[in-house]
Amino acid sequence: MTTHPSTSSGHVQEDKVVFGFWVYLMSDCVLFAGLFATYAVLQNATFGGPSIAELVSVPFVLTETMILLTSSFTVGLALLAAHRHSGTTTLRVGYGAGKKYLVLTLLAVTLLLGLAFLGMELKEFSHLLAEGNGPSRSAFLSSFFTLIGTHGLHVFFGSLWMLILMAHIVIKGLNPGTVRKLTMVSLFWHFLDIIWIFIFTIVYLMGALAL
Amino acid sequence: MFGKLTPDAFIHGPVETGAQLIVVVGALVVIGLLFYTKSWGWLYRNWLTSVDHKKIGVMYLVLSFVMLMRGAMDALMMRAQQVVAVGDSAGYLSPDHYSQIFTAHGVIMIFFVAMPFMFGLINLIVPLQIGSRDVAYPFLNSMSLWLTVAGAMLMNLSLVAGEFAAVGWLAYPPLSELQFSPGVGVDYYIWALQIAGVGTLLSGINFLVTIIKMRAPGMWLMRMPIFVWTVLGSMLLVIFAFPILTATLGLLSLDRIFGMHFFTTDLGGSAMMYVNLIWAWGHPEVYILILPAFGIFSEIVPVFSQKKLFGYTSMVVATLLIVILSFVVWVHHFFTMGAGANVNAFFGIMTMVIAIPTGVKVFNWLFTMFRGRIVFATPMLWFMGFLTTFILGGMTGVLMAIPGADFQLHNSLFLVAHFHNMIIGGVLFGFFAGFVYWFPKIFGFTLNERLGKWAFWNWIVGFLLAFIPLYALGLMGMTRRLSQVDPIFQPLLIVAAVGACVIALGMFFQILQLIVSVLQRKKNIAGPDPWPGPAGGGRTLEWATSSPPPHYNFASIPRVHGRDAFWVLKEANGPVKEGKTWPERRSSALEAAHERTHIEMPKYTPVGFIVAGCAFLSGFGIVWHIWWLALLGLVAIAIILIARSFESEIEYTIAV
Repeated sequence: MTTHPSTSSGHVQEDKVVFGFWVYLMSDCVLFAGLFATYAVLQNATFGGPSIAELVSVPFVLTETMILLTSSFTVGLALLAAHRHSGTTTLRVGYGAGKKYLVLTLLAVTLLLGLAFLGMELKEFSHLLAEGNGPSRSAFLSSFFTLIGTHGLHVFFGSLWMLILMAHIVIKGLNPGTVRKLTMVSLFWHFLDIIWIFIFTIVYLMGALAL
Repeated sequence: MFGKLTPDAFIHGPVETGAQLIVVVGALVVIGLLFYTKSWGWLYRNWLTSVDHKKIGVMYLVLSFVMLMRGAMDALMMRAQQVVAVGDSAGYLSPDHYSQIFTAHGVIMIFFVAMPFMFGLINLIVPLQIGSRDVAYPFLNSMSLWLTVAGAMLMNLSLVAGEFAAVGWLAYPPLSELQFSPGVGVDYYIWALQIAGVGTLLSGINFLVTIIKMRAPGMWLMRMPIFVWTVLGSMLLVIFAFPILTATLGLLSLDRIFGMHFFTTDLGGSAMMYVNLIWAWGHPEVYILILPAFGIFSEIVPVFSQKKLFGYTSMVVATLLIVILSFVVWVHHFFTMGAGANVNAFFGIMTMVIAIPTGVKVFNWLFTMFRGRIVFATPMLWFMGFLTTFILGGMTGVLMAIPGADFQLHNSLFLVAHFHNMIIGGVLFGFFAGFVYWFPKIFGFTLNERLGKWAFWNWIVGFLLAFIPLYALGLMGMTRRLSQVDPIFQPLLIVAAVGACVIALGMFFQILQLIVSVLQRKKNIAGPDPWPGPAGGGRTLEWATSSPPPHYNFASIPRVHGRDAFWVLKEANGPVKEGKTWPERRSSALEAAHERTHIEMPKYTPVGFIVAGCAFLSGFGIVWHIWWLALLGLVAIAIILIARSFESEIEYTIAV
């Protein structure tokens, strides 16, 4: 039986790396599950400090959410743009220069939206700190800051990664290697979006409704 | 500039100074020897930068053995203290130092002996058994190893600078909070485990992907060796349990560094949440360790009974059931918390249910032996030792799963005896068996059988002497972690101390066995398939390649035609005649595999080692609140990894 080592090993490689990244995302999911559980337990342990209902500003958080959702959309467009080209669905041929700049632009937009989200989150945090409602005020605030801060830290690293990816694409152009990296960054970004939807629902919406 | 680190941190009492000296002198001797033999280059080129799974496996084993020595020293010191510190005598260890020792003993034995031992064997054998040239991510594998080493070294550094935690191996708050443990001990504990934990998680992902994606053609899931199945289960548990540990220790460190209130006694913190979280990781951790040991025995018993494994499918199902059930029993570690009768009853029943798949495995091994032609080589002896002690430990476990009984036995030496029964008699005996069994494959020569048997008998006798008395002491009401004991306990504690010495003798014979075997290695050259049997006893693919295997494992990837892939290949060549030598069969055995192509192998790289070094510095910085060092380490890691992502030539090709 004959095999075609060079092409098939490239394929296997791609398959392996993206699959491993999925597995990593699942483990990260468990980490967030731990933080959500902690939040659920400590939600009412305000100990004389403010409760979540007193802190939530739904329009503000809704804006944050919309920014993050839009960024997920643009990173999706970037991946789509990288995959789309004339007449064939394989990844290996035909990366035009025009497409490269389209992908870079979309990534830049995503990055800016991500940074805007981070800026808003920092603003919220500094506002809370200025009012004396920092993470050491009560167990509830500890869990609040930690859950949302961990997500924010992920967004920060995601943004950093996106910046590096853009450097890769500028230097090497679109090739199976950089498209694979783009696939993983976008997976990561969508994952953070999903986590945020849970935060938005469980922390902010249910908090505002005092459920 | 140096945070909390002052010269006082290096000044200790007499006993601690002894330990400090041992670490310093030990390190100097190793460094001196490397200079004396001019081995730095060799060490760097062949080991520190290696991404070969077999070398990484060997280094894991070295780490595990070094740390086993330290953990065993701790055990002997505790046994000695409990023999002499009776009644009014305070013994030779201060209560605080004694607490540090039992904490260090537990942490070392689980995280830096059992885990590296397990990952060592997995690294050595899994790629060979699935007919692969390497793991899925060789570079990540090297980084995992060095992160584990960095964690262990950070922990050892606590002997020299500062102190270690004195809070028990799971660091329950509120005792582990800043209020009650203001020193750096708990911080050493947290960051040693966090750094090593990242390594473990990465390894878990690595081996899961390796097993799912890198099997040789024809090796379907239901054709995988049972060891590979159990490793798959264990890695699933790593992936789903270790993030909980990371989160929990992270929360504890937020409490300690930023004054948060997750587990404090004031401002709404809940210490019981910590206990729940840590055991939600901690119970699966037990199965992370024991499942590969089960797998090892499932390889050994058929080979030394010269029969195929009884009940392959039930073995797989039992493994997966254990994986699932291990996540729904964690409350049995703290029935006395007061969760209520119904909650306790649920977790008690679940705990008993887990004995069923375990029992299935025991009966499968027994039926494999039934009417087999059993060879009582050392691996088989370890198996027999395991079977007796593990069944005893299993039964005491089921006993304690009854919440009512547990209220009496909680925190007593009965519990201590039980879990040592599982971890020594189960996990450690399993790993020893695997070590002896696969040693010839990895190093190309066999271990001395006579000394191996001496080691085994000392271990099993010492083990029973050291731990059976603890069951009795527990029933008499002696609690664990006592630095001073009541005189009525003394006679049995002396028996236990004698037992510990006999175990030490067993360890001595193991070291002697290694030394003698290395000296006699020319006489005991192992063929590719050294274990007894008319055609060699090996049944799985690791025996199909040479001993030691070339760094690419298989010149051509074997094709798999059934369970016990290598056995199938042997049988396909007609009845194997005794005395027929290996080289004649070799070509035909591997004939089915004819992918003669260029072999692509990953290049060696020092990046994993350097990243771990930075993690070590960063951890040290956080422990001592040297913030610039902590930040510097993290930034360095980021820069190194980013730089690495721009490297494109990470593989090279061997022409065949």
